[in-house]
Amino acid sequence: MIEMVNVYKKYPNGIVAANGIDVEIKQGEFVYVVGPSGAGKSTFIKMMYREERPTSGDILINGVNLATLKNSKVPYLRRQIGVVFQDFKLLPRLNVYENVAFALEVIEETPKVIRKKVMDVLELVGLKHKARMFPTELSGGEQQRVSIARSIVNTPKLVIADEPTGNLDPDTSWEIMNIFEEINSRGTTIIMATHNREIVNTLRHRVIAVEGGLITRDVYGGDYGYES
Amino acid sequence: MKARTAGRHFRDSLKSISRNGWMTFASVSAVTVTLLLVGVFVMIMMNLNKVADDLEKDVEIKVIVELTADEAAITKLEEDIKNTPGIAEVAYSPKEDELNKLVLDFGEDLRLFEQQNPLHNVFYAKAENPQETAAVAKKVDNLDNTFEVKYGEGKIEKLFSFLNTSRNIGLVLILALLFTAMFLISNTIRITIVARRRDIEIMKLVGATNWFIRIPFILEGMWLGILGAIIPITLITILYYNIYNVLGPKLAQGKLFELLNFSPFIYQVDALILLMGVLIGVWGSFMSVRKFLRV
Repeated sequence: MIEMVNVYKKYPNGIVAANGIDVEIKQGEFVYVVGPSGAGKSTFIKMMYREERPTSGDILINGVNLATLKNSKVPYLRRQIGVVFQDFKLLPRLNVYENVAFALEVIEETPKVIRKKVMDVLELVGLKHKARMFPTELSGGEQQRVSIARSIVNTPKLVIADEPTGNLDPDTSWEIMNIFEEINSRGTTIIMATHNREIVNTLRHRVIAVEGGLITRDVYGGDYGYES
Repeated sequence: MKARTAGRHFRDSLKSISRNGWMTFASVSAVTVTLLLVGVFVMIMMNLNKVADDLEKDVEIKVIVELTADEAAITKLEEDIKNTPGIAEVAYSPKEDELNKLVLDFGEDLRLFEQQNPLHNVFYAKAENPQETAAVAKKVDNLDNTFEVKYGEGKIEKLFSFLNTSRNIGLVLILALLFTAMFLISNTIRITIVARRRDIEIMKLVGATNWFIRIPFILEGMWLGILGAIIPITLITILYYNIYNVLGPKLAQGKLFELLNFSPFIYQVDALILLMGVLIGVWGSFMSVRKFLRV
């Protein structure tokens, strides 16, 4: 599903964030991306939804090469990928329902389909009863669930999460992880950058460690691996 | 684009106008002031241009015919002048008429000359393009049976260069004003867009195309332009109505110049103001939103 071949990324300020990355991720996998801050984790993630373009090398997602993908085609790529962030990125003036529906409105779905899909996905994340509330009226965990709902409402094959539990307390983090497990069990590939040792060590999945712009470790069912 | 989406964009742009109350007010004020200035300027420029055109149209070539020319020669000369490239019209004025003109200007005493008229027969010709009068006059001078060709040599060159200079200055000033307006408006709209950076970022992340994001902002710019054009259009129409009705007759009396007619002219200016408002608004939004689309 995802294939990176000799990916190299140098930012204009001279920092090399990816120094020849080779990796393959199959459909339905659950992958943790771990590593110290500033090691190239975020760049690794960002290149997958074409927020950053590699300086050289190829990134193939379902056969489409992101390295050569035209800017005008990027929106259509993003529609196949759900993205979740540490800071939720919800629109404060829209309520829960509208925030999730937003992802479908921009791709011009019909109102009928939007209503059905949004209610289904809100049910999945357990926020159907809070559909009319605004983000500021919700807890951090609930906001993150809205953001997850928005990322999957379009039933993407791939969900990318950049430290989704980074701003949440441990209990809430587990709730969020349960939702990701549920989504993964339905066949969706999940790639998650995280600093949460407990989660990585408990819910065992493939672990990719990135350091100095290189993959230093790639183990199925591995542990977090860094001493605290 | 689907009709549903168009409706959504339409509503979004209107919502944004009312939600960003103060920024809307600021942008609209900037548009208003600029368009008012441009409008007044265009009004003055167009009228000055009319005066210039009138002056230009008065420029004549006076072809004085040889005394020896008989009737056949005169007819031939008239044909020749007509056939000269660049000539628009020719009028014949026999020497009797010329004398009558002098009598009108200098008094009855000149009637004495009616017995033995010393004047020449004359043709008055006009060039198709008044600016080419000198060149055309030279060609006419080469024809047979012309005694002398006069066209206000020296004077009209000065007049034309003066008129051309003032036209160019006016054009440059209008362009400068428009440029300033666009700069002001694109900056004000940029501020409203900065406030909605996050919206744009999220739209891009969930796969909205650039045009989907751009259109509401461009519509918003259009509304700002239209709103900004209302006051200038009203004021300029009223202003010109009064100038035309109060000042116009006085100016016409002095035979100095006539103002442009109220009816088509002021509506053309109004349409121009509206069009400029819309263009400025659309262009301003387009330029500002461009920067934020590179997510």
